[in-house]
Amino acid sequence: MIDTLANYLSYDFVRHALVAGSLSAILAAVVGYFVIIRNVGFASHALAHIGFAGAAGAALLGLSPLEGMLLLTVSSGVFMGATGDKLQRRDLAIGMVLSMALGLGTLFLRLYSTYAGQAKAILFGNIFGVSKSQITEMVVLSLISLGGLAFFSRRLLFASTQPLLAEARGLSLTGISIAFMVVLAVSVTLASQVVGVLLVFTLVIAPAGIALRLCRSFWSGLIVSVLLGLVAVWVGILLDCLTDLPVTFWIAAMFFVLYLVVEGYCRFFTRSDR
Amino acid sequence: MTAALQISDLTISLGGNAILSGVNATINEGEFIGIFGPNGAGKTTLVRCIIGTLPPTRGSIEVLGLPVGKASRQIGYMPQGHAGFDSTALSARTLVEAACYGDRWGIPWTSRKSKQEVDRVLEVTDAGHYANRPFSVLSGGERQRVMLAQALLGDPKILVLDEPLASLDPKNQALLIECVARVKRLTRTTVLFVAHDLNPLMHVMDRVLYLAGGGAALGKLDDVVTSASLSKLYGFEIEVVRVENRIFVVSAEGNVTECAHHD
Repeated sequence: MIDTLANYLSYDFVRHALVAGSLSAILAAVVGYFVIIRNVGFASHALAHIGFAGAAGAALLGLSPLEGMLLLTVSSGVFMGATGDKLQRRDLAIGMVLSMALGLGTLFLRLYSTYAGQAKAILFGNIFGVSKSQITEMVVLSLISLGGLAFFSRRLLFASTQPLLAEARGLSLTGISIAFMVVLAVSVTLASQVVGVLLVFTLVIAPAGIALRLCRSFWSGLIVSVLLGLVAVWVGILLDCLTDLPVTFWIAAMFFVLYLVVEGYCRFFTRSDR
Repeated sequence: MTAALQISDLTISLGGNAILSGVNATINEGEFIGIFGPNGAGKTTLVRCIIGTLPPTRGSIEVLGLPVGKASRQIGYMPQGHAGFDSTALSARTLVEAACYGDRWGIPWTSRKSKQEVDRVLEVTDAGHYANRPFSVLSGGERQRVMLAQALLGDPKILVLDEPLASLDPKNQALLIECVARVKRLTRTTVLFVAHDLNPLMHVMDRVLYLAGGGAALGKLDDVVTSASLSKLYGFEIEVVRVENRIFVVSAEGNVTECAHHD
């Protein structure tokens, strides 16, 4: 089995998959950590699907699919962030933007029927089809997103955990919300290049969600989240090579089992009531 | 001596309704002020105005001689309700650390100096021994002491506590009040304590700010909480009944408007 693995690793497409997968996993785990703390899981799910419409509509504007996705997700992210921090109002705004985007996506698919094959790749991801130039593109965008996030993450954490207090200290909750949604939009778009729109949600929610059930400090949680994301992507890719079952299935299955174990552990061993 | 808080002709309208109109009050440094009033009298609205997140419609508030907003670092604030930490295992200490210099740029790295500051405030409110447990498993009383610790970060000159007793049982109410009183003794800070029931605070308050009917009355408990003074404020007949050192504020029809544990 070791030989088979070594053999697979000698292929460029497998190595590219590992690099692209790792980048997506790191970015998604870091951003996902704040998604869980801020309780904006629905927004991250919606942004991925909105990206799908952007990719489908890109041809209309003569853009590449990635550019189309970024354009639509970032502008939707700004809109969602600007609708404010009230959860119910935010859910409605996200739902409306999402349904409009999905409607446009189906319209574009009808108008450009030749595009149907590519649509499948965007929905399900094509981790073994990542080219060298795509990797460069991903490295640059990941660095920009992580750099941006690092720049305001202290304020973001404060505003996410204690919004009223942060506001009293003079922070603009709307400004922070918009900035985070833009970072989230870029990250989700990048990660969906690899695992596909349907499963990007897994990489954003699962590692951070599990880490935050277990870890008590900010940094331990962040590190565990990133490690979980990385290991899941690596093991998923190798299992795909060995079994020929899709990588996204493996990643989702591993996280689901891990989630059940952690949830069971938390309920059994810690006082979850007051 | 500059006043801790100078409220001049303060009028606040929300959505066209005047919540407070023409309120004047001067609060001195080091005073413990209890802020009371029925639901909807504008207690939280006044608090939001003092901490600078709600601009007044007319009039002004000066904090330590500075316009509101310039002095936000001098105010320690404890909001009503809890942090949204319920779904995570993040500890109470992490919550306080996030608030320590939380308005700076960069990554949320906690320096040694900040760690000491966080330890200090947790000790003051006697929350240090459970601060490493997840915030989500703490009891209501334990959580409130963490939130109070957070308000003490950076040694504020004024503490603004918005209904910290809500949803606490009498024993934990007494613990928290004792804690605030101890902080006030140690630091000579000014305390604005918003509460629904004035009885638990009677022995620690210097003066009372009573809000009702869009107006406010500030003064000693015995001067403000009287049938005559409150009837004037409410605009209808109010009776203040004293039973064994406990005070009940009752409207003439017999509805208890104060002292009832609100829901």
